[in-house]
Amino acid sequence: MLEGLLIGLQTALSFQNLLMVIAGCLIGTFIGMLPGLGPMSIIAIMIPVAISMGDPSAALILLAGVYYGAIFGGSTSSILLNAPGVAGTVASSFDGYPMARQGKAGKALTIAAISSFAGGTIGAILLMIFAPALSSVALLFHSSEYFALMVVGLSAIAAFAGTGQVAKAMLMTLLGLIMATVGEGALFNLPRFTMGVMDLQSGFGFITLAMAMFALPEALFLVLKKKEMSGNSGEISDLRISRKEAKSIAPVIGRQSLQGFFIGVLPGAGATIASFLGYALERNIATKEEQDEFGKGSIKGLAAPETANNAACTGSFVPLLTLGIPGSGTTAILLGALIALNVTPGPRLMIDEPQVFWAVIMSMFIGNLVLLILNLPLIPYIAKVLSVPRNYLIPFILFFTLMGAYIGQNNATELLLLVGFGVCATALKFADYPLAPLLIGFILGGMMEDNFARSMQLYDGVAFIWERPMTLGLLVLAAILVVLPSYRARRARLRAAGVADGD
Amino acid sequence: MALDRWIALVLLGICLAYGYAAWFTMDAGLAPFMKRAPIWPSTFPKVLSILGIVASLTILLGLEKGEAKIGEIDYRRLGDYHIGQALLLLGLMVAYALCLRPLGFLFSTIAFLMLGSAILGERRWIVMAVVAGIATFVVWYLVQQVLGIYLRPLPGFIGG
Repeated sequence: MLEGLLIGLQTALSFQNLLMVIAGCLIGTFIGMLPGLGPMSIIAIMIPVAISMGDPSAALILLAGVYYGAIFGGSTSSILLNAPGVAGTVASSFDGYPMARQGKAGKALTIAAISSFAGGTIGAILLMIFAPALSSVALLFHSSEYFALMVVGLSAIAAFAGTGQVAKAMLMTLLGLIMATVGEGALFNLPRFTMGVMDLQSGFGFITLAMAMFALPEALFLVLKKKEMSGNSGEISDLRISRKEAKSIAPVIGRQSLQGFFIGVLPGAGATIASFLGYALERNIATKEEQDEFGKGSIKGLAAPETANNAACTGSFVPLLTLGIPGSGTTAILLGALIALNVTPGPRLMIDEPQVFWAVIMSMFIGNLVLLILNLPLIPYIAKVLSVPRNYLIPFILFFTLMGAYIGQNNATELLLLVGFGVCATALKFADYPLAPLLIGFILGGMMEDNFARSMQLYDGVAFIWERPMTLGLLVLAAILVVLPSYRARRARLRAAGVADGD
Repeated sequence: MALDRWIALVLLGICLAYGYAAWFTMDAGLAPFMKRAPIWPSTFPKVLSILGIVASLTILLGLEKGEAKIGEIDYRRLGDYHIGQALLLLGLMVAYALCLRPLGFLFSTIAFLMLGSAILGERRWIVMAVVAGIATFVVWYLVQQVLGIYLRPLPGFIGG
């Protein structure tokens, strides 16, 4: 591990990569602050840039920096404007905004920065411990286990979707898988489902789809809603916090780093769930008088979600780097970028390309440090971006989504596909269909079919399902994950209707 | 019928068409040696089509009960939002896609950025032109020179 750390440091500390971390964090903070633009859109917009750099470590470092920056920037707008830029920072506005209203905006931002830093750093340490362990287990996996593992991942995403949403998330995942089968597969040199259209021969473009699913609907929602975001951020001064305050948030940070990290590792449960759960937990275990403070500007109530969401962001890298299976929309986009750069994340990553793996971990430490020491003093100036008039902002966002899709394929048809899919995605968003599962399904689709086909060939049929106990176990787990939420909902409904449980 | 069930109906149609293609049209053209393999190109799509039909029927028939909640935007009252602006911007994006090659990157982009702001209600034409011009040249420079991806800068008839 020490050797790995040194390789990572060596790669991450090169001038180019340091620049990438700083640039990524700044860009992420900048755009993440804009209400309505989440990390997924920003990363989707940044992908063409990252891919054309050609160096996988630099690309991943840049994109990871953008990811943290976006979460950090999102909390800034939550605190200053009560307008969260990112879903994962909604919980930060519960206590951050009241603090800003009381004239303690500077203090709130400092607490947010320190908690984010601590959450991110502790998360990175945990990642360093757990990822190698998990990937040495994963090396024992066969293609059939991989197939089963992907099924588990996809069903977990559906299962965490919430009440009444399981079927929708399932359908979206399946739609993603279906879209992945369009075009020429690697396994059978045969175009499938192209309907004779030449442009579909190579399948749908992943960047186009990512832009259409996230960036475009979010921009359209900004147009539709026309929420003024020019709230007066006021003077941000007095960034210091007292020793007593530091002492009171320290245990919160410790607990939430751990909890947030492990929630982040679970597929489908990301920064958003981690931050809400963290807030709820800290409120429940706080003393009576502290409990009354929650929602009115409690520093604990701000530190909890901030720590949890950053730790969860780091945690979500565990399944990506060790198994090659993304658990969230953001890591799915990162996976797509890595595959485009000819790096396949998975248990072999640590053996074949240790510098990529360790450089990313090192860059997490550096990135968190950058956010703390560079962004915090700059916040009063960066916050000025919130006063950019939306009349200029929205055309630029649309232009960057178009550019991203165009650069990736150098093909104007791709732009028409982008607009078409974007309209479909907006309609899906209106009807409350989750969009991240579609993209995750799309990205996993190819790998899933390859692994499925390989195990079918090895066992000459579907016998691998019952002949390999681990595969069977994982598939059973997947089935339970899908059925359980609806079963529980049904029981709750029956109980509400006055029917006895029967046990 | 609520929008989510209409969408489920559309998706059901897609899954049925996909399933038809997978079950009935793909295997005929299979090479004889591939017919002996345990997995065919149509195997995975066949499974997906069945699962997709089940999932869309679940939503369509309302088998999974969930509380109906209104999302970020209530689509039943779309007229209350700036739907006209959104549609115009979408049209502008399509126009941009069609004009990018024939009219060149610089002209199309400046026009796109200015018209986009104009649709949103901006009327300070000089500021718009300056902002759009600077941004277009910066992006063109970055993409063309730094990333090395060719973007035709000028309209074809000028020789771009």
